[in-house]
Amino acid sequence: MGLRRSPWLTGISALVYLFLYAPIIVLIAFAFNASRTNVVFTQVVNQGPCGPFYWFCVLSRNQDVLNATRNTLTIAVVSTVISTIIGTMAALALQRYAFPAKTFSEVSLYIPIVIPEIVMGIGVLVLFSATFNVLNRALGLVGDHRLTLGLGTVIVSHIAFSIPFVALVVRARLHGFDRSIEEAAMDLGANEWITFWRVTLPSIAPGVLAGSMLAFTLSLDDFVITFFATGPGATTLPIYIFGLLRNAVTPEINALSAVWIITVLLVLLLSQRLQNSETA
Amino acid sequence: MSSLQRVRHRENQRGLALISPTLLWMIGLLIIPLILVLITSFGRRDPDGNVIYAFDLSNYIRLTGLSTSQPCGATPAPCFDSLYVTIMWRSLVLAFQTTLLVIVVGYPLAYFVARAPARRRNLLLFLILVPLWTNFVIRVYAWIMILRTQGVLNGLIGAILGLVHIPFTPLSMLYTPGAVLVGMVYEFLPFMILPMFTSLEKIDNSLFEAAADLGANNLRTFLRVTLPLSAPGVVAGTILVFIPVMGTFIVSDILGGSQVILVGNLIQRQFLDARDWAFGSAASIVLMVLTLIVTVIYARRFGFGDEIAF
Repeated sequence: MGLRRSPWLTGISALVYLFLYAPIIVLIAFAFNASRTNVVFTQVVNQGPCGPFYWFCVLSRNQDVLNATRNTLTIAVVSTVISTIIGTMAALALQRYAFPAKTFSEVSLYIPIVIPEIVMGIGVLVLFSATFNVLNRALGLVGDHRLTLGLGTVIVSHIAFSIPFVALVVRARLHGFDRSIEEAAMDLGANEWITFWRVTLPSIAPGVLAGSMLAFTLSLDDFVITFFATGPGATTLPIYIFGLLRNAVTPEINALSAVWIITVLLVLLLSQRLQNSETA
Repeated sequence: MSSLQRVRHRENQRGLALISPTLLWMIGLLIIPLILVLITSFGRRDPDGNVIYAFDLSNYIRLTGLSTSQPCGATPAPCFDSLYVTIMWRSLVLAFQTTLLVIVVGYPLAYFVARAPARRRNLLLFLILVPLWTNFVIRVYAWIMILRTQGVLNGLIGAILGLVHIPFTPLSMLYTPGAVLVGMVYEFLPFMILPMFTSLEKIDNSLFEAAADLGANNLRTFLRVTLPLSAPGVVAGTILVFIPVMGTFIVSDILGGSQVILVGNLIQRQFLDARDWAFGSAASIVLMVLTLIVTVIYARRFGFGDEIAF
């Protein structure tokens, strides 16, 4: 108990918060730097019609960034939709039915948690290149028609690591689900399909939504697996930034980071709002 | 068929139908790739960088440093090249250091948030989550800005020392093992705080009151009540931190430069620069086995941690 009011604890906690936020503040501040080399903060940039937001304007005209943004969002949306459906099905199966290979299924869902991401990354790289080699040869595909790594392979890989997380979250929600309301619906003449859509799904919806949010953010954030599963024309934002870091560090990257951080913050606040209004 | 059997049969079919897409993905994109990596690790590289499939242990022997094919200068065979063993050892040590530091730094904050008044708790927790959702690569980038020679930290120290007229030569902090450690701690701190918070929050206040009633002082209460009851969170956090740190290559690549090569960097280079997939696969298998061994020993000793699903 006593520790709770200790000024020491408050002080240390404040320092840890500072540690968590100082890098982010520095990052955003340097997006307004006048110096192109971006080593020392010279003064607030004030150039062109955009004034202090000069680097954000430069960014908005950068075709590579726009392409990478489009790729990142396409991958995240498609993989989220598919992994949410599959993960919810898995949660229902594991929570409600006994079937052969149940234990095996449960164990397999833990693989992505206990195996380093890089091993999964090279795993999908080896898988896709071996499969594509065989298929290209068998089907006689040449030139641009050859199957290669790209958006498709990234999406399929993202679905793989998202399913376990969706299943985990939805299953937690199903755990506290009172099945008597389903029985009531059936007693009142609803068939199983209608019962699922009108009774079960609405009441597990917050879990499904939370699971899909998790899948979406995991996909947006992913670097390692994308790094190995991606190919020409399928660069995502994290991959793009990583490529830049090895060469030059310009305020443009800071502007990109600032936009990213602020977008994520807004999405988080919005989802928090939604959740609060739901529980209220 | 009895009606019971029929029900069971229908259950089986439903369950299998619902789980089958998951199994397709888990087998197709996790299990088969792992088997392919294992097969590749016994292969060889041809001059064009393609894999020749064989059953050959040379990649693993090369990792142990007991090279049979490569010349070792003037020393007669067998000779020992410690390069890869050093890399493995460095990765293990760094993963242990990171985990330990993250516990030490994270515990007070987790405690502070868990014991904060309920109305403020959500906000405080939310503030820990925000950095987690700003992209991993972006977070490493921020540390370049802070740690480099003309960076923010040196500027800050210089400015403070300048006030008291002490001359200051900027420290070179970037591209050192220390920079990598700081980056790792920063990246993985929230993964430790969240499960620790979950455990700490569950502790019933009446336990603290009971301890106080029975005459225990703060330290004793902490050691005998708080610490044991928060152990599952620490265990879960350790698993969530240790495994990814063992395999990460971004932090060391960006903050360590060529100074700090970890297993992750070794694997990445074999796959992208050196194009020796067979050797890279062998290194991955060793990484996976090493991680699993440590995790299993740890889980045997402390349990798997109930807070893994935060």
